[in-house]
This record gives sequence, structure tokens and C-alpha cells, in this order.
Amino acid sequence: MLKKNFLKPSLFRRLFKKQTGENASGAGKPNISSMGMISFHNTGDVIAAESCLKKAGLDVKVMGPPPEFRTGCDLVIQFPIVLNLQVTGLLSEAGIKPIEIVPVYDILLEPVSLFNTKDFGDYLMIRAANMKITVRKSDLEIVNISGGGCPDVPYLAENLISRSLYEAPQPRTLGKTLCGYALQLAYEEMVRQCPG
Amino acid sequence: MSWLICGTVPNENFPLTEGHCEVAGDILHVGNTGIRISRGTPALAATASLAADVLGAERPRALLCGDTGNGSGSRKLYKYLVDHSEKLSEYSGITFHYLLPDVDWHNKVMFAIDELDKKPVLVADAGYMYVAKMSGFASSYDLFTPDAGEMAFLADEKAPHPFYTRGFLLQEDNLVPDLIKKAYEYENAARYLIVKGSTDWIVSDGKIMETVSEPNIESMEPIGGTGDSLTGFVTAFLSAGYPMIASCSMAARANRFMGYFANPSPAFSISQLLSFLPEAIHSVLKT
Repeated sequence: MLKKNFLKPSLFRRLFKKQTGENASGAGKPNISSMGMISFHNTGDVIAAESCLKKAGLDVKVMGPPPEFRTGCDLVIQFPIVLNLQVTGLLSEAGIKPIEIVPVYDILLEPVSLFNTKDFGDYLMIRAANMKITVRKSDLEIVNISGGGCPDVPYLAENLISRSLYEAPQPRTLGKTLCGYALQLAYEEMVRQCPG
Repeated sequence: MSWLICGTVPNENFPLTEGHCEVAGDILHVGNTGIRISRGTPALAATASLAADVLGAERPRALLCGDTGNGSGSRKLYKYLVDHSEKLSEYSGITFHYLLPDVDWHNKVMFAIDELDKKPVLVADAGYMYVAKMSGFASSYDLFTPDAGEMAFLADEKAPHPFYTRGFLLQEDNLVPDLIKKAYEYENAARYLIVKGSTDWIVSDGKIMETVSEPNIESMEPIGGTGDSLTGFVTAFLSAGYPMIASCSMAARANRFMGYFANPSPAFSISQLLSFLPEAIHSVLKT
């Protein structure tokens, strides 16, 4: 027999009391957060929104929704809640439609933030979370991409491999999933370690 | 009975396609369509097909759809499985691979399979393994093939994706037994596991049955598709009728021998390694 674990999207409302300042349990304990969370229909929108908001100089961070809210390959954007109006305007101008914008109650998941570097002599590999990128040191050509499990990984690999680290498109411009986002982090670390 | 491999390919225009796998050079043919073998599900299916030829087994069938990450192809594939679920009992096993994790669709497929009189052997890797764990149905699967980092994800009861796994980078081999224990404690593992890494760990119901460490070809780690090829090998051995533990053990060794004979640099492609597949299988069958 299957072990059933039905998800309850309605929990979203309980967990994120919209703009009220109540805590998740609604018990009235003051729990005012300075941060807000933006949820989107798909991860591609999250990646586009992050680029848009960072470009505007906003202090935003991509985070994971709590387990009760996840539906698949989910990401949300954390931002200073006081900038709600600016964020709404920027996303609207960029044609990105979020599902909603709500305060954060300290329940978002921290993404992996450490990197693992492996030196193969003529080649350097960097791993972020489940994604690895490898370049040839002599000319900084991306020679391999491995790891991950989401469908944009093979697509990203086809578009990045055999190109110079500095000429290849950044993974964030083509990626749509958490794996694509992890590859972007690995790419950024590779750029940091191998300045052109 | 044949085996079905389900996954996506990185081409939005690739239609939903079902058919026998055939490899010609670095192209995987399924039905009337072809796709280059570079990594991901084409690498898995190509490995399984080539290995089946060497083992004298029936080549696997594949159900593929184009998807570059937005999930549209994955959802077509999920829907096809639900709409044609009665056909799934015709397969001795199904290997699920690169699909966008979608809990709702995963559960529809799982419920449809649960309705079958004869349930196929269920193998999951990559995105489908992520969603299997995410859904809470991991223990309904027969085999997962995580790497050491993904093992940390299975062991972390709170992580919805490897991206959020606590301690993901602490992949020392001596931590793997503890991660295995935790994954089973929270019912986030399949009945059997191959934990891929510098050592491959073969696990049955939480018990480590065997470890495979030789030959150890370090340069295989950066090569995209070398994890997929291991899952392809185990698919072929299972399809050929070998028992689960033996299939896992032979798959781990065959994948290593393929690297041993290829002697690759980190810039190799999986298709370059596949030309050494027959030699690798023969080496395993001799031991």
C-alpha cells in the first residue's frame, strides 16, 4: 500500500498571514518581520525576477518555501518588506506576475551556500549543491557540466559546454529550476576563482 | 517483458515519443526520432540499450518528451503515463529519470501504478527521485540511485530539493552509512539503493550489502552522464533478469570498468565512454 502524504496548499495561508503582522499560529504573539516573500508560478519567473530586482539594486535573496507550501521545484524571493511597492512596480514593468507577496515568518529554507572545489591538474571543477561545472585552466573553456536532475540541466550543458567561461551565457539566463540556479552559483564561484 | 525508461530530452520541439531504443554512433533512436547522446535520459537509455545487446536481453523501450526546464514536456509525459496506465503492467520494470519534480503529477502516476494487478519494478533517479522523496512515497519504490550528495538530500527529512540540503557538501564516505540510516528512519529511501561516489554503496532495506571501490577513476566525476550510465547499467541487468543486489553490484562495477578502459580526461563526453561498454560488461561477467 502506498504511504499517502497529501499536501495542503491551504496551509500557505496559515503560514503566511498576509500583511497582518500576526504570527503563523495566529496566537497574537508579536512577530513582525522586516522581510517579505514573493512566490511565483514557476522557477523561471523566480530567476527572471531575481535578475530584475538585483539589477535595480534591491537586497533580495532566493530561498526555499517551507515543505507545506512546496509543489515541486520551488523557489521564492525574500526581500525587505518595506520595498513592497517598488518590488511590485519593478516586476510589473518587467512583465513578471507573482502569485503573491507576503511577510516572512522565519520559516524559509536556507539554500546551500558552500562550494566544493576539486583540482584535476589541467582542469578545475566546482560544485554548488548538486551541480558541478568544470573548466580547462589553460583557456577557461567549460568542458563539462554534471549533476542535477531537472530537465534544464542537459539544456544548460548543451549551451555552455565548449564555450569560454566568459563568453558562455550565464546559467541564470537559460535555467528555470533549482538545479539551474545551483549551476549559476557554481558558475559565479568559478568566475571568482578564475578571473578573466 | 520489456522495460520502460521515462525522461526528458533538451529540445522543446521533441514530441512525446514512445518506442524501442536503438543506438547508432552518438545518436539514440526511439521510434522515428533521434537525439544526441550527451547526458541525462538519452545517456541512460543508450547505456541500457547497448548493455541489453551485450547481455542478450530485449532492448528497453523509452518514453521521451522535450523539456528545457519549464515543465511542459514533463507534464505531457506524466499525463501520458496516467492516461495509459493500463499499459504499464506490460513492463517488467520502469526507470524514471529526468522529469521536472511535480508532486501532484507524481502522485497521480503513483496511484495509477498502485491500481495495477502486477506492479512493475520501479527505479527512480534524478528529478523523479527528488519528487518521489518530496511526495512521501519513496518507500514505494524498489531502487533509487543517488550520488553521495543526493544521499544527504534523502537523509534530510526537511529538504524538498538537494539545493536546500543541510550538510550537502560533507560527502566523505564515512558519513554515508549515517545518511543511509537517517533516510530509512524517515522512510525517504527506496527498498534498495546504489549510492554512487568514490565508493558505491549497495543497500537493501537500510542494510549495506556491498561496497564497490575499484577501479576508481577520479576523472569520471566531472563527466556529465556518468551517473546516468550507472542507472542505465542497472536497468539493463534488471531487465535481463538478474536479481536486484547482483544487478546493482554488476552495474557499479561495469560503470567503473567503462571508465577504466576509456581512461578519460575530465573533458570527455559520455558517448566517448560508451564505446568501451561491451568490454566493461565482459569484464564484470568474467569475475
